[in-house]
Amino acid sequence: MPAAEPEVVLEREVPAPQRNRRAGSRAAATDAAGLGRARAVGFVAPALVLIGVFLVFPALWTIYIGVTDYQLTGAAAAAPKVVGLANFLSALNDGLFHNAVWLTVLFVLGSAVIGQNLLGFALAWLLRGVRPWLRRTVESMVLLSWILPSTVVAYLWFAVLDRNGGTLNALLGTPGTAWLVTYPMASLIVFNTWRGTAFSMLLYTSALAAVPPSQLETARLVGASGWQTVRDVVFPHIRGHVLTNTLLISLWTANDFTPFLLTAGGPNHASETLPVFIYRQALEGGQLGYASAVSLLLLLGNLLVALVYLRLLRRRG
Amino acid sequence: MRRRTALARLVPALLVGGLLGGCLGQTPNADNKNNADAKDITLTIVANSVAGGKNAAGAAWITDWVIPKFTEAEKAKGVNATVKFEANGAADEDYKTKIALDFKTGGGGDIVELDGIWLGEFAQAGQLRPLDDVVGKDTVSAWDGWSQIPDAVQALGNFQGKRYGIPIGTDGRVLYFNKKLFAQAGLPSDWQPKSWDEVLAAGQSLKQLAGVTPIQLNAGTAMGEATAMQGVLPALVGTGKPIYADGKWQGATQNVKQVLDLYRRIYSGGLGDPLLQQEAKGRDRSFAEFADNKIGILLESDYLWRSVVEPTKGVAKMADRDTAVGWALIPAMRPGGGVNNQNFVSMSGGAVRVINPNSKYPKQAWDLMQFMNSAEATRARLGGAAQITQRSDVNNQVLAGDPMLSFVARSVLPITQYRPGLADYPKVSAALQQATADVVSGKSPDEAAAAYQQALVKAVGEGSVAGG
Repeated sequence: MPAAEPEVVLEREVPAPQRNRRAGSRAAATDAAGLGRARAVGFVAPALVLIGVFLVFPALWTIYIGVTDYQLTGAAAAAPKVVGLANFLSALNDGLFHNAVWLTVLFVLGSAVIGQNLLGFALAWLLRGVRPWLRRTVESMVLLSWILPSTVVAYLWFAVLDRNGGTLNALLGTPGTAWLVTYPMASLIVFNTWRGTAFSMLLYTSALAAVPPSQLETARLVGASGWQTVRDVVFPHIRGHVLTNTLLISLWTANDFTPFLLTAGGPNHASETLPVFIYRQALEGGQLGYASAVSLLLLLGNLLVALVYLRLLRRRG
Repeated sequence: MRRRTALARLVPALLVGGLLGGCLGQTPNADNKNNADAKDITLTIVANSVAGGKNAAGAAWITDWVIPKFTEAEKAKGVNATVKFEANGAADEDYKTKIALDFKTGGGGDIVELDGIWLGEFAQAGQLRPLDDVVGKDTVSAWDGWSQIPDAVQALGNFQGKRYGIPIGTDGRVLYFNKKLFAQAGLPSDWQPKSWDEVLAAGQSLKQLAGVTPIQLNAGTAMGEATAMQGVLPALVGTGKPIYADGKWQGATQNVKQVLDLYRRIYSGGLGDPLLQQEAKGRDRSFAEFADNKIGILLESDYLWRSVVEPTKGVAKMADRDTAVGWALIPAMRPGGGVNNQNFVSMSGGAVRVINPNSKYPKQAWDLMQFMNSAEATRARLGGAAQITQRSDVNNQVLAGDPMLSFVARSVLPITQYRPGLADYPKVSAALQQATADVVSGKSPDEAAAAYQQALVKAVGEGSVAGG
């Protein structure tokens, strides 16, 4: 209702022939395609049903299982009981859960917020000026690591990091170093940086194209160094892109299951990020109720991160 | 305004979710007359064996012998049978997860091979039911094969006194040692240690050899149940007490601490390879290293002899197995200090074939089960090799030709122990695995035992835990 009032005020000042056009455009603002309400509902219904079946329902189902003691096998599988918030409380007191949260934070900060962001930007920045063939070659190599299936990639990294006869040990001259056992988190962070940089690189490449060349030229003429140019000329233009990119890759990384293929959460839980923790609790430990509760906590964590980023984005606007 | 509509939408959705939620759990239906006279039947056998990989001989037996012969026999009776084999080649824990999900979602094969120790969990979940219910009491007890299966072995397929399946055989654990490495270290080729100290002393001698890991005693969570069966449990019965006694599980008792101290002496003293225990594929690697003459002493079941280092079909072949591999009984901590005051101890288990209660053709699945457990089929499964099968008549014929397996049958089975067939066991096992993982990664046995006690109380309840 309040929204209509300024409109009326405006209309008073508009000459008659234009008034008709305005009225038409107002109708178009609510029904641009001219479908009418019923047909519009018909059009979106399939999409809404899909979302409902594959997104909303599983999410609600997860919430429901999360308040039961449902298990994969054993007596609680036949007759699960509602246990209220017990699963959430025991998660908050579970040392392994704390460990998983901490490792997830490390994983996201190390491999996404710092690793992929910086490497993606550096690649995009450095590749602007180079010869097209070189640029295309580097870009396709980076893309390749992004588009290969996870299982293939995991196998390749096994070959690189293997304790006996691994490529990395051969290169560094450190035979017998079990990288995935001795340095599990560091290995995973390097791995995931390698794996996901392509997205940041692509996003920053197109963002950099939006920086006016005249400003870069001016910066060059006044003798700004490379870093000064990035900080004072480029960054203000791409700040929104940086936030969007960081938001997306943070969420993807927090929910990434590929670490399981490399270390299975081991050794002794040293690389058990939340998705791996949930999988192991649910399927290896059979604690479906507890794992569902933890999934919900992960979902809430994701929402929290998303809200913080959105708040930052809005402040920019 | 907007918030209220969102809420108005959420509430009905939650209600719907809650209503559907009533569907969690299992509703068994008992009807064993299903399709008993069907002329066209399809049966699926599920096992953790695969051509060219894990238990390849078992896979070959099912595809090349069981399926053609059974189809032929059914055809003679005028039944058109299609039998499929669903092969798997995964770690035991992954395989268990898979069949648990199969059972849970109402699917899965008709005949499923599983570790006898999982029966309790599946039975309590209603995912498996007694053979008497699935097939019919009279039909089951009429099978003449039962008389050939010793009671101790039959018990592997029982839960709370009811038959759930037919065991495939049993096994026994020994200390294997590499005679070539022993010769280099000046140790005898007919080695038989009488205490833990003597095992560790032999380890000290082997330590002199470059590039050799003296002792491999499975530890950690990555090895799964192998840590329990080829590590903690044989050591524990060597301290005089099994994991479950007088209605209680052992918590942080003196015995558990002694076992964890054994792990400390091996893995902090440079006698074992701590990293190997933590690797995702550590057990497979331990096999490869043993076959490659890099491990001196290895606690394993007869599975190692017949399926791993076996010269032609093993997964880590050892061409000179018959001369290079020696074996000895597992000593108690001190002579006479083992369970029942024994000098030597062992642990045994075995796989079981069960009929999926969801089977569309339970009667025919039972026919196939009997067929697979006949003396002829059992002999064919061995294909000339030796193995301790479920059937005494077959064992009497085949074991004599193999010195290792006749040793297990003669000297190990009389002194062995079985795991308690309780649904809680896998949780206890997981806690034990974690305790060894803690010791291997550097915690003291006391710290590890305290954490184990806590985990155990959480898993099975305070009333079921002794000591601590």
